[in-house]
Amino acid sequence: MSKYKNFRLFNGKLSFLMDRKAAITFTILLVVAFLVFVVSTGSGEMKINPLTVVSVLFGGGPEMEKLIITSFRLPRIIVALMVGISLAVAGGILQGMIRNPLASPDVLGITGGAAAAVVSFLAMFSDKNHSLTVSIAWLPLAAFIGATVIGFLVYFLAWKNGVSPVRLVLIGIGISALMQAITTLTMVMGPIYQASQANIWITGTVYGSNWKNVAILVPWTVIFVIIALALARTINIQELGDEVATGLGGKVQKQRFLLLMISTALIGGSVAFAGGIGFVGLMAPHMARRLVGSSFGALLPASALIGGILVMVADLIGRTLFSPLEVPAGVFTAGIGAPYFIYLLFKTRNS
Amino acid sequence: MNAIETKNLSLSYGDTLIIDELDLKIPKGEITVFIGGNGCGKSTLLRSIARLLKPKSGAVLLEGKAIAKLSTKDIAKKMAILPQSPSAPEGLTVLQLVKQGRYPHQTWLKQWSEEDEKKVHDALKATRLEDLKERTVDSLSGGQRQRAWIAMTLAQDTDIILLDEPTTYLDMTHQIEILDLLFELNETKKRTVVMVLHDLNLACRYAHNVVAIKDQKVYDQGKPEYVINRSLVKNVFGMDCEVTVDPLFGTPLCIPYGKGRCILEKAVAVNG
Amino acid sequence: MLLKSTAFKWIGFLIAVVVMVLAMCASIIFGYTDTSWHTAVDAFTNNNGSNEHIIIQTVRLPRALIASAVGASLAIAGVLMQTLTKNPLASPGIFGINAGGGFAVVVAMTVFSVNSLQAFSVLAFIGAAVAAISVYAFGSFGREGLTPMKLTLAGAAMSAMFASFTQGLLVLDEVMLDQVLFWLAGSVQGRKLETLVSVLPYIGIGWLGAMFIAGKMNILSMGEDVAKGLGLNTGLLKIAIGIIVILLAGGSVAVAGPIGFVGIVVPHITRSIVGIDHRWVIPFSGVLGAILLIAADIAARYMFMPSEVPVGVMTAIIGTPFFIYIARKGFNGR
Repeated sequence: MSKYKNFRLFNGKLSFLMDRKAAITFTILLVVAFLVFVVSTGSGEMKINPLTVVSVLFGGGPEMEKLIITSFRLPRIIVALMVGISLAVAGGILQGMIRNPLASPDVLGITGGAAAAVVSFLAMFSDKNHSLTVSIAWLPLAAFIGATVIGFLVYFLAWKNGVSPVRLVLIGIGISALMQAITTLTMVMGPIYQASQANIWITGTVYGSNWKNVAILVPWTVIFVIIALALARTINIQELGDEVATGLGGKVQKQRFLLLMISTALIGGSVAFAGGIGFVGLMAPHMARRLVGSSFGALLPASALIGGILVMVADLIGRTLFSPLEVPAGVFTAGIGAPYFIYLLFKTRNS
Repeated sequence: MNAIETKNLSLSYGDTLIIDELDLKIPKGEITVFIGGNGCGKSTLLRSIARLLKPKSGAVLLEGKAIAKLSTKDIAKKMAILPQSPSAPEGLTVLQLVKQGRYPHQTWLKQWSEEDEKKVHDALKATRLEDLKERTVDSLSGGQRQRAWIAMTLAQDTDIILLDEPTTYLDMTHQIEILDLLFELNETKKRTVVMVLHDLNLACRYAHNVVAIKDQKVYDQGKPEYVINRSLVKNVFGMDCEVTVDPLFGTPLCIPYGKGRCILEKAVAVNG
Repeated sequence: MLLKSTAFKWIGFLIAVVVMVLAMCASIIFGYTDTSWHTAVDAFTNNNGSNEHIIIQTVRLPRALIASAVGASLAIAGVLMQTLTKNPLASPGIFGINAGGGFAVVVAMTVFSVNSLQAFSVLAFIGAAVAAISVYAFGSFGREGLTPMKLTLAGAAMSAMFASFTQGLLVLDEVMLDQVLFWLAGSVQGRKLETLVSVLPYIGIGWLGAMFIAGKMNILSMGEDVAKGLGLNTGLLKIAIGIIVILLAGGSVAVAGPIGFVGIVVPHITRSIVGIDHRWVIPFSGVLGAILLIAADIAARYMFMPSEVPVGVMTAIIGTPFFIYIARKGFNGR
């Protein structure tokens, strides 16, 4: 098996199998991600050349560039990277669990729930002068609570002697539509300041990210992604169907719940800081599958990187293409995502 | 000792009773086949033995212990199940599928021990899939695909293998391919095989023990040549047939009465 | 099936029509300023130019008529979509119609600074038609032609894409947001009778067309292969369904903006009353759809009085529990 490499350490107490091709692909993706990171950091109203960027990243570099990079660009791009990783991993988990390659976080109504929560937050805490009575720093928490509550609600409503993937998706779509209606209602009833703020958030953007956001999002994402990776094996068997998975000794319902909660946590973290960025959870796992195959031990890391690259690129385009206007990254993920979706339909047309 | 036993087992779907207080003993080291009419509950029975379905009342015993009290992983080390029409995700290779069979024996840290490697290798060898191991499951023929799934259950390395209609969507060549493989596994590796088959004649040929299910109970069970006769087929399947002897194997062969081109006189005339 | 014999079905239908007329009357009478039935009749027979009479003629009556027409059209379109996609939870919305219509309107407002309600209607119609045709085309890729699965997926993708672009445009132009938001939510309030009249020919053709193909729909619902085997030209029928749905749903979007759930929920209720024969389901759904939307509109008036809740929001709030109930109950083929 030269395609694979065995790793056996500590006298057999630790062992795993590595697919060489997947490992190489992963390394390439890592390099690409780094390049995109550097280029994105160097782009904007003031262009900074890549070498300078790298030197700033390692602690040195000229003062002016250092200031711009560390105060404005870095937090935003790090958030974009984390968001891309979160959404991609959550999407991969959901696609494996639901056994449908067209499942995505948007479908479960979780992003919708976050949106409704955000809009309600803005409506509740706005006074007559159209300004917020509490700090906007609480907004991410509202988004997160919204995502989590709806995540639980959808799971609960889909539960009938266990949760079947089909029921989960259907109920998710229904709740999603309801959330949309509530969001619209709140936006319609309230003042315009709040409506436009909410709208920007809903479209999905990393504009206005700061280091506080980074400090919360990075550990959150890293922890849950690691947990997800540890559970890669259970997703692998769930993909074979509930009956086979049970036959192999998997605790299907318990593991499904756990995986759903991890997805919700990742999505919640992402929407809290970047709003409703769509399609990433759909596209990234697909692209990763074409590159490294269906085994989740390889699929999740590759997805994560592709997701990170996608969001960073979308943000980059949004910042620079219509300069000085800022177009939210969410528009571009949709702009790439929907055609890609159609292309997928075209590609799988004869299967 | 019996590999599997059911005691007073009752199964239902909602309000409909499918199996009624069944006491069944499945012998170790043999091939047992459940037969019966459509919807008689043979699949349901198999699935509840495999703990995929919770019984309404009664118990299933695996090697003397109630499965309700065993952990699902422990059960998976002793008993493997291949459900009807399993589906593999797109792009999964044969090797990746067979590797999954090692799940109950693995832990977070120990994901690919020497034993895992050996069992997977042996499973691929037994199902003659070594050359196909990098192909994707969905690109294989029906027979090859089913062999891949069986290889997965082999890698699971259990004494007992349960199969729910493993040959139903296969053409004749592939049906025989699969059943021959299972027969071999039983002969050489002494696995207990329990399966649901539609084809009565194939059941007679391969099974050491048939269990005929009718009206929520076992109508009869035992060696095919003792048990399969015209009256059983009439009562269990509602079909009138002639039970003769298979010219190749000597096991019972059922030939239904009904319509068709009858050329018997001509044949007699030709042979004198 | 509640009404088993043909006689019962006819009686049921007549009762439904009567209820619909009563609902329309209720819609005219109840509201921020309640009037009486007497006054309403007077508005048409003895119009004395009073405020009340004006309101009834220019606001209440159009509103009731629009709610009926739109409710009926959406319900019938829903029946057609559910049979076409073999998905009990399908609706015109999944065809991309709502999202396409919304996008067209927003583009017109932000890019071309169009402002009249009349223009919105025309544009919404065009946008809905374009979206539906693209979804139809994309869903037809491949050997098998148009299959339920592909159609659903293409529709979901296009809807999401248009919705995202719409939001993007609204981000860029904040002022427009306020004006367009109410329209985007779907409402029968504040629409003029002329709009309905201009769209009525299309909707009317849609209604007639739907009745005309009702019998053929029965055959189609038995499955593609079986239908072909019985001599049905499935390709032609699917195109006809597509056109009719565009006329009905596109027309509805043009008049009232995107309204959801009516198309999903009403066909189910109808089927539980009259069974699955499309020749009954289609007209019944029309009448029930009208009743539902009128009722939702009346509720929308009272919910946060004196503020007006867009009826699209109301249908979502009423519709979701139904939707969840249907999803939990499960159905054939899932």
